[in-house]
Amino acid sequence: MALSEYLLRLGDDRLILGHRLSEWCGHGPILEEDIALANISLDLIGQANLLLELAGKVEGQGRTADTLAYFREGVEFRNAQIVELPRGDFAFTIARQFLVSVFEALQLEKLQSSKNADLAGIAAKAFKETRYHVRHSAGWMLKLGDGTTESHDRTQIAIDDLWRFTGELFGNTDETLVEQGIAVDCVSLREPWKREVARVLQAATLTMPDDGFMQRGGREGRHTEHLGHLLAEMQIVARSFPGAEW
Amino acid sequence: MDDKRLATSDQRPVTGGDTEWPLWEVFIQPKPGAPHEHCGSVHAVDAEHALLNARDVYARRSEGIHLWVVPSQWITASTPEDVGPFFDPANDKAYRHPQFYKTPRGVKVY
Repeated sequence: MALSEYLLRLGDDRLILGHRLSEWCGHGPILEEDIALANISLDLIGQANLLLELAGKVEGQGRTADTLAYFREGVEFRNAQIVELPRGDFAFTIARQFLVSVFEALQLEKLQSSKNADLAGIAAKAFKETRYHVRHSAGWMLKLGDGTTESHDRTQIAIDDLWRFTGELFGNTDETLVEQGIAVDCVSLREPWKREVARVLQAATLTMPDDGFMQRGGREGRHTEHLGHLLAEMQIVARSFPGAEW
Repeated sequence: MDDKRLATSDQRPVTGGDTEWPLWEVFIQPKPGAPHEHCGSVHAVDAEHALLNARDVYARRSEGIHLWVVPSQWITASTPEDVGPFFDPANDKAYRHPQFYKTPRGVKVY
């Protein structure tokens, strides 16, 4: 796997999740939370911008972050499927954010010492932001899980529904890139991730699902039907008016 | 003294039957050594939540380096009726201002 492919994985995870979160803009449960979700969305899109720009540079075909974001088809996206699922209710959005943010924080912490200096720099910036995302979403997991019967039930359903999409986050990373000290082996993040998730779920009076069948395919461009709809909305302006600036 | 205030020993303010979350006042310190200044208020269910909301609403454009959040109900404010007795009598007491005093010769004025 080329480095550019690895960077696409990192960038696409953030681009698609950032777009999903942006759908809450103007629909948050309260003003403060509306702003919080938009902030996290902007953090993620900002990280995606840096990662995709770097992916284009490494690839050397003249593609920019914008070209990669707006002019690729669904099968060319390398995000894990968990980030493309529809935003669902607030419990689903928070549960997904929590599961993904804990993963990303562990990943970025290690990527800060990547042998690729550009990637290490992006990771250092993104790690700070992501630590906040974990704090924000973990706080909500406690409030929702240990809140009312309805908030508890909705959050448990969200965790149960999401669980089969978590396995893909810990799929294999290219051995050469790992040996070169450029990439982080995602398999090694699984245990620390489970420990942290288990700790919060327990405090939130939620049950951690058993590992069963795990959905995969996003890293190879096989996505759920939801990604196409997301891309249609995200890409329409850039494709209708190529090169437009605003 | 309001009994509700005394009864609340943890950091969770009383909502008074309102379905809205309690209100918190937010103070931000712009830079090290500077005083914390009031910058607004947020709704939140507890202190940690108030701190996060304050960060998201008031501290996302490098406005500061430190935050305080205080339940609004724990702030005791003067009333409009206090304006006279509190603030007016100072007008004729010029000697309370440093400008009242002449600088002695030989003292360097910066």
